[in-house]
Amino acid sequence: MKPDNYILKLENISKDFYGNKVLHNVNLTIKPGEIVGLVGENGAGKSTLMNILFGLTVIHETGGYEGKIIFDGEEVNFATPFDAIEAGIGMVHQEFVLIPGFTAMENILLNREPTRYNVVAEVFGDRLMLLDRKEMRRRAVEAIQALEVDLDEEMVVTEMPVGHRQFTEIAREIDRKSTKLLILDEPTAVLTESEADVVMKAIRKLADKGMAVIFISHRLQEIMDTCDKIVVLRDGVIQEEMAPGETNPRKIAQVMVGRELARKISEDTKMREFKDTILEVNTLWVDMPGEQVNGISFKVKRGEIFGVGGLTGQGKLGIANGIMGLYPAEGTVIFNGQRIPLNSPDKVLRVGMAFVSEDRRGVGLLLDQSLNWNIAFTAMQIKENFIKSILGGLIKWRDDKAISKVSREYIQQLQIKCIDENQLACELSGGNQQKICMAKAFALKPDLMFVSEPTRGIDVGAKSLVLDTLRRYNEEYGTTIVITSSELEELRSISDRIAIINEGQIADILPPTAEAVEFGLLMLGNTSETKKVVQNG
Amino acid sequence: MKTQDLTKTTHPVIRFLINNAVPILFIVLVAFAIPLSGFSGEYLFREMVTRVSRNSFLVLSLLIPVIAGMGMNFGIVLGAMAGEIGLIFITDWEIVGMPGLLLAMIISTPIAALLGYFAGKILNKAKGREMATGLMLGFFMNGVYQLVVLYSMGKIIPIGNNNILLPRGFGIRNAINLEGVRQVLDNLLSFDIFGIGIPIANFIAIGLLCLFIVWFRRTKLGQDMRTVGQSMEVARASGIDVEKTRLISIVISTILACYGQIIFLQNIGTMNTYNSHEQVGTFAIAALLIGGASVARATIPNVFVGVILFHMVFVVSPRAGKELIGQAQLGEHFRVFVSYGIIAISLALYAWRKQMEKQNLRRQAQAINREALKIQQGSTIGGKES
Repeated sequence: MKPDNYILKLENISKDFYGNKVLHNVNLTIKPGEIVGLVGENGAGKSTLMNILFGLTVIHETGGYEGKIIFDGEEVNFATPFDAIEAGIGMVHQEFVLIPGFTAMENILLNREPTRYNVVAEVFGDRLMLLDRKEMRRRAVEAIQALEVDLDEEMVVTEMPVGHRQFTEIAREIDRKSTKLLILDEPTAVLTESEADVVMKAIRKLADKGMAVIFISHRLQEIMDTCDKIVVLRDGVIQEEMAPGETNPRKIAQVMVGRELARKISEDTKMREFKDTILEVNTLWVDMPGEQVNGISFKVKRGEIFGVGGLTGQGKLGIANGIMGLYPAEGTVIFNGQRIPLNSPDKVLRVGMAFVSEDRRGVGLLLDQSLNWNIAFTAMQIKENFIKSILGGLIKWRDDKAISKVSREYIQQLQIKCIDENQLACELSGGNQQKICMAKAFALKPDLMFVSEPTRGIDVGAKSLVLDTLRRYNEEYGTTIVITSSELEELRSISDRIAIINEGQIADILPPTAEAVEFGLLMLGNTSETKKVVQNG
Repeated sequence: MKTQDLTKTTHPVIRFLINNAVPILFIVLVAFAIPLSGFSGEYLFREMVTRVSRNSFLVLSLLIPVIAGMGMNFGIVLGAMAGEIGLIFITDWEIVGMPGLLLAMIISTPIAALLGYFAGKILNKAKGREMATGLMLGFFMNGVYQLVVLYSMGKIIPIGNNNILLPRGFGIRNAINLEGVRQVLDNLLSFDIFGIGIPIANFIAIGLLCLFIVWFRRTKLGQDMRTVGQSMEVARASGIDVEKTRLISIVISTILACYGQIIFLQNIGTMNTYNSHEQVGTFAIAALLIGGASVARATIPNVFVGVILFHMVFVVSPRAGKELIGQAQLGEHFRVFVSYGIIAISLALYAWRKQMEKQNLRRQAQAINREALKIQQGSTIGGKES
């Protein structure tokens, strides 16, 4: 045991990506056998911190980090994850890194298979030694028993329930006898509650045997139940370390969203009144990988700005993508009193909905085409605007003059910085590209617009411009807007109501004037403490 | 959705039929064509013995890249070329019999290894498009082969035997008589059953290769190839050198194909210098696919079922075509149509099945999710929506 009895000590870790500071003087210590829970919003710096610790190459490619990492009594700076593994750090990722067609045993011992000597290996090298299946089984069983779970080592991964896949991953780290610190990134995110319970118990048992664990989760209850210490990160700074006994979910949520001193939004936004419903969604299921939506129901009023928030991966992005037909969806969507067929982008666009995608470069823009085309394309396709009909519609010509005129109008109106309307979309900055995406949606003159992550990846000045544009459009044309964003403050500044999505469902719908901590609690899946402030419909 | 139900079907018989649709289709085809053709059972049996002993080695050489997830290796054409170069040399030096055959293998092994290394390097740069790239690589190397054999041999590379040189003094003739090694392997250990000669030595070689493949799959390298074949990302994350592993699989396959081509040509007895290798890849791959293999999974039984069915169609269809419509050419067309068609269909089928599997997986996850939610909602009073 080391004199100071710490297995890991982080001293003043700072990290910036191209001048953008994401971690600031982070100090953290972990003892053997201790479980540290790490909590924070998206972009709080959790993943960056873990990437530094695990030696991901992206860290070094972007200029390394400042500060000191002392692991097992020695200062370390891992250049690759393999160095980190060698030193005794194991990491279980959020997505499964398992070979689907292999058994649990084969996965646990992946690339560490025990082998038996044979003559051929003498000539052609060690890789031609036969696998020692008996020894493999013995070690796999040993690792599984250390976890004290019920896992069949001969079961193929594709046939396993998800919980067992998680066990396999953890068992793999345990089989490495050198593992002293285990990092678990959202290990329960895809599990059902009972499965998660078993995983948590297994982790506790490992800790009792002396393993140090860093546990990242958005499920607050799990953290409270299992961890010895809870560390809350916000904006790259450790806000508070606390013991689970001395705190409660409300306090953690408070620290996590913070901003007690944030401007008082409540006072300068007056509640607007809306009468009829424009969009009614009933038990919508969307099959979007990583953003699964599980039977959501809500109503949007004509003319309002409806905010959709929540942590990444909880399904908030799936809603717009599902309704717009970009991912397979089931359920009923009623728009202007008319039932909308799902899984058909064309029909949805035709009835008067438009979508500004979060995937600006992939779905939003024709990058190698002019701004003209980008702005007019969808309107041309759906509404047959900007088209000259000749011979009674037998031949259709593109009306380039009209397109240019409209493009110039939008460029001026949205203050898009470009040479002229013939410039290529890929040459613009992120903020201006976003405005082109919005212009494209506006050109459809929609009754309802879905806007997803409108300010992602654009700088602060451009952010407020984008939001102002949306608000102005909403006020001038009465366009209903459903805005999805990871940034709570942004939602609170623009929306009339905000729905928080957790685990593919609406945790609750709150007015923007609700306290930040209420939103924080909802994001963390704690519905029990919050009251329903605004009811659906 | 209809398609979804199809892959979800758990009834074992239906499942078996779907999974083996291609070989079953061909068995039906052959079952109709054999009586039409009027060939005798003895004739067909003799043909099959010759053809299985002649072609199986080549088809078996395809298995290892499939394990490594590189699909069907059209690059075996390169191995075939190497084998032919070995045969040209021993014919030139007039080394006959088994020693000649073995020497041809020894000469061509390093050439095949080099070509395999080259092919592997390029295929590593074209991950996910190995098959198309391999096909093009075969065409490209064909040009290089012609340059070497047609221009360098006799000029830069000394060739003394005027029987194989073109009259102008350099370049190899269009057809080479492999008299010295003709059927030496076939006749090494021949055994008669009902008057049909069984080339035992040949089958021993094929048997040994099968054993090698079975053994190889159990080695560390074999396990690494299976890992790489299923997920390159996971393999890399666990420290396996993905590129090197893929490279080795192609080198092994190319060398085996080179031996396969030598075995093939010693049976035929003459070598078509500029054409013999051309369709080696296509025919071997078509045979393997007809045997029920897919791009991601190919087994030793697939090889033998495939070779028998493919060549049965080859033998039977011209005559059946003639009997049926009066034109042997129709059967001829049919063979070419079948070999290319089956490759295209198998690839499309594989892509479709893979997509279905992915969708099913997500559907399953969703169903689990739904169940869990139902339980949760059941426990709260009344449920969520009013």
